[in-house]
Amino acid sequence: MSVAALPDLDALERALHAGIAEAADESALEAIRVAALGKKGSVSELLKSLGGMSPEERKSAGPAINGLRDRLNAALVARRGALKAAALAVRLETERVDVTLPVRETPAELGRLHPISQVIDELTAIFADMGFSVAEGPDIEDDFHNFTALNFPPGHPAREMHDTFYLPTRDDGSRMVLRTHTSPVQVRTMMSKKPPIRVICPGRTYRSDSDQTHTPMFHQVEGLVIDKGSNLGHLKWILEEFCKAFFEVDNVKMRFRPSFFPFTEPSMEVDIQCDRSRPGEIRFGEGSDWLEILGCGMVHPNVLRNCGLDPDEYQGFAWGMGIDRIAMLKYGMPDLRAFFEADVRWLSHYGFRPLDFPTLAGGLSA
Amino acid sequence: MKFTLSWLREHLSGAYTLDDVTDALNRIGLEVEGVEDKAAKLRGFTIAYVVSAVQHPNADKLRLCMVDTGAGEPVQVVCGAPNARTGLKSVFSPPGTYIPGKNITLGIGTIRGVESRGMLCSAAEMELSEDHDGIIELPDDAPVGVPYVDWIGLNDPVIEIAVTPNRADCLGIHGIARDLAAAGVGTLVDDAIVPVPGAYPCPVSVTIAPDAPCPAFALRLIRGVTNGPSPDWLQAKLRAIGLRPINALVDVTNLLTFDQNRPLHVFDAKKVQGDLVVRRAREGESLLALDGKTYALDPSICVISDDRAVESLAGVMGGEESGCDETTTDVLVESALWEPINIAATGRKLGLNSDARFRFERGIDPAFTVPGLELATKLILDLCGGEPSEVVLAGAIPDTTRVIDFPLALTEKLTGLVASDAEQVETLGKLGFTVEGTSGTVRVTPPSWRGDIEGKADLVEEVIRIVGLDRVPSTPFPRDETARKPVLTTLQLRTRKAKRALAARGLVEAVTWSFVSKPQAERFGGGSAALALANPIASDLSDMRPSLLPGLIRSGQANTDRGLGDVALFEVGQVFKGDRPQDQFMAASGIRRALARPAGAGRHWAAKAAPVDAFDAKADALAILAASGAPVANLQISTDAPAWFHPGRSGTFRLGANVIGHFGELHPSVLEALDADGPVVGFEVLLDRVPEPKVKATRVKPLLELSAFQPVERDFAFVVPRSVAAGDIVKAAAGVDRKLITAVNVFDVYEGPGVDADAKSVALSVALQPREKTLTDAEIEAVAAKIVAEVSKKTGATLRG
Repeated sequence: MSVAALPDLDALERALHAGIAEAADESALEAIRVAALGKKGSVSELLKSLGGMSPEERKSAGPAINGLRDRLNAALVARRGALKAAALAVRLETERVDVTLPVRETPAELGRLHPISQVIDELTAIFADMGFSVAEGPDIEDDFHNFTALNFPPGHPAREMHDTFYLPTRDDGSRMVLRTHTSPVQVRTMMSKKPPIRVICPGRTYRSDSDQTHTPMFHQVEGLVIDKGSNLGHLKWILEEFCKAFFEVDNVKMRFRPSFFPFTEPSMEVDIQCDRSRPGEIRFGEGSDWLEILGCGMVHPNVLRNCGLDPDEYQGFAWGMGIDRIAMLKYGMPDLRAFFEADVRWLSHYGFRPLDFPTLAGGLSA
Repeated sequence: MKFTLSWLREHLSGAYTLDDVTDALNRIGLEVEGVEDKAAKLRGFTIAYVVSAVQHPNADKLRLCMVDTGAGEPVQVVCGAPNARTGLKSVFSPPGTYIPGKNITLGIGTIRGVESRGMLCSAAEMELSEDHDGIIELPDDAPVGVPYVDWIGLNDPVIEIAVTPNRADCLGIHGIARDLAAAGVGTLVDDAIVPVPGAYPCPVSVTIAPDAPCPAFALRLIRGVTNGPSPDWLQAKLRAIGLRPINALVDVTNLLTFDQNRPLHVFDAKKVQGDLVVRRAREGESLLALDGKTYALDPSICVISDDRAVESLAGVMGGEESGCDETTTDVLVESALWEPINIAATGRKLGLNSDARFRFERGIDPAFTVPGLELATKLILDLCGGEPSEVVLAGAIPDTTRVIDFPLALTEKLTGLVASDAEQVETLGKLGFTVEGTSGTVRVTPPSWRGDIEGKADLVEEVIRIVGLDRVPSTPFPRDETARKPVLTTLQLRTRKAKRALAARGLVEAVTWSFVSKPQAERFGGGSAALALANPIASDLSDMRPSLLPGLIRSGQANTDRGLGDVALFEVGQVFKGDRPQDQFMAASGIRRALARPAGAGRHWAAKAAPVDAFDAKADALAILAASGAPVANLQISTDAPAWFHPGRSGTFRLGANVIGHFGELHPSVLEALDADGPVVGFEVLLDRVPEPKVKATRVKPLLELSAFQPVERDFAFVVPRSVAAGDIVKAAAGVDRKLITAVNVFDVYEGPGVDADAKSVALSVALQPREKTLTDAEIEAVAAKIVAEVSKKTGATLRG
């Protein structure tokens, strides 16, 4: 074959480029590639013909044909890319959604913990940090644990301070009660554990009383420390620390007033400083008002004795307060009765999100 | 306990203010509940003179009065009182005055066409008595223009304190004064009581029956008394603290009840037949008491009787028959001691509260029994005249003297408060204690009126409450030195985790009553007699709950009734299977109602709205069990949930014989009985029944094994009878090779065309994880064949064609 036998390379290239540019989709483009660069393609045939040429012919025809092939390949790649991008653009356009449609709210944003549960977790965080553990006991108690061991002699008028719920009288004449306070848990703790003792006892308590500010069921938390030297001064410090931590204020003044409980001697009631000048809001740690929040005292020697502890060897203190009440004070809930009405509007408003776990590190009400 | 400042001043001399008193009372444990200053409220009411009173031109029953108020020209007042007349001195209130008895503020009015500039007032309108009979009539020398309260001596604050049950001595004003004096407010006025000699032997004798709860009973006759209304000062005193004056004899007993904490009783001697006997009542006896009610008596109750009948409920209330009235000329005065527990029991049994009961059940000063009678005698003689007999005393005044060894160092040991020996001894002395010794351990004798003082801890309280609790130093309380250990028990941790796990699934925590109605308790496996309250507060709160579900279902319905029907509630709390401590369990339960699905409540554009189903409840229960550390993979599910669940749409979680909980749709007839609309699904898990986790020696987690070889997944569709449980198919497949098969998942359940009418198709995907080498096709096929063989052997399944 002679050089003169070579077809017009320029014309061929022009025709191929025109075809590539016109290819409407990837299959048309592929047809052009096969026609030019396939086994029997026009350009492939030209490349094959190089083998039959003389060295001189090859010297000029080789670069021309190879050049043609390379430009053709590049054009094919470019066109393929362009076609792909265009096809994707069309597809994406058809896949459009209305992103303003609302999604489901996360269940964890809808669920709530009752304020009582949250406040018990707060109390636990504060007192655990001071080395207290949590003790619990039965709601249905016997007379010994609820009254007698706590130095309420049978028939004593102090028993009448508690409007007690009774279960039916048994054959032996005894009758169980619904615990009127969480103090029987203190008795159970002292009877089962050797001092030193540091516990808090949160739980349900019952009194047959129902009006604007009383419900037949409510919640108390009590604390108990028994060892050989803890005194009222320590109790004062613990309660101050507790009030600061719980109400999340830097400082709070407290007022201790002598009082009476059968199970402590000396006994006291504690008021904390507050400001009630703003309607519907109480602020702690400021102002000149006092609000009673708890009762406390040194554990009565008779109670220690009743629990098998020698009052000349051991001493300690106890305190108690209403969980519902301190929850109301801290979070500004106006009505105790609503705590037990299970109204989801109330629970959603005053309740706590499950991920808001009170910690001292992150803040109790974070 | 109420008293007036002026009454206190009779027992407490010196210069002090109302604030000094109230501050000190709070400081020493006599909590001030309120201070009422009537003067402040009634300052606008002044004494006035009716210059003229003439008939109202347009009304028969009204009068037109010109009233001299002491301030300028007389003013015209229209008055409807029948006793409004010319020349009367009365009480006037000008326009703008608040009238407490009518709860109005006076304006200038026109009454039947005539202007009225103020009002002439009755005692009731000032809330000074219930006397509505007419306007107040004052003597001619009453000074016009002066505030009425100043003139009548009502400008006297009334202080109300809460007296704790241990401080019976402060139920008398004298005792309050003693405490105040010890605390540095004023000086106690403690005049000796001079006995009044008897002119003749008491003609009435007293016998105390051997089983009567009465240690001592003192009595004397005063004959020739003139009874009638007591003088104004005494009436005013009693009224100021809310008591109603009756007559002089009765008023004297009330006065001493509050003045000295010494309740007394007066019998009209002419109505008493024969001698008095203190004894237990007999079955069938009754008494018409002074409150006008008749009380049925029994032998638990102590009475005073004469030859005729029971005349008085000992220490609680006297009888109407022998009571004193204006005609009484001879009076028997009783001053007795009663056993506190018996008085308390009697009062409770009869539902009778009285000032005497309140004091006797707290314990009064035994040593004051006879002095109290002497004091009463003196007052009666002063007010009513008469001639007293000698005192007869039946029984004996008990000697309550006891000595307490008191180490003075105990005060600091128990309280941290540092008070010198001298200060402690002096403080006790001021309170009436006798102290022998001045340092170290002293010997202390409490006074007779302090029956509450038992031991040295009581003495510490006496010292610190008087010297001041503000002296107790706040002392840091360090943690003990032990390592920080978790403070919560497994059950406590589970309780709080269960709550947060459920809230994170969109349920809202309720706290419902621990008691439900009897029918509700019975529906949920409870209702036993042992768990029914003897004194429920309401009939629907009568029985201890056997389950949390009835309370939650009712709460769900209450929310539905408020228009919020897609409600998901939970509670974690105690349930009761019996009355022993071990019969109480910590349950976690929840309900979902209507469209309250786990993915979100209500309808949503992205999914077809479908009501809650048993699997929602199952998922909730499993979430708690997982959070509680239960071995969830080993749980068995049986279809024998309790009767309150839908029999075909419920299940029970077990670990062997241990039943841990139930879930499912609530039974329609149970919902109907609870007056609740379905669909409602629910679950209950007993957290105590979840096994304790094994204690591990280390916190290190087991080594992670990662396989280098590709996992393989194979799908199977089995056709089984509809009665076959999918769980059994999964179990059979998983059991073929527990090492190789890492997961079996049910991805389709189909019933309908293409499958026999009584059959269903259950499609599984089984994941295989080779550990040593890549599986060959032949090996995979071998496992697949084993799975098919095993499933069909265990369940009768055939591979779907």
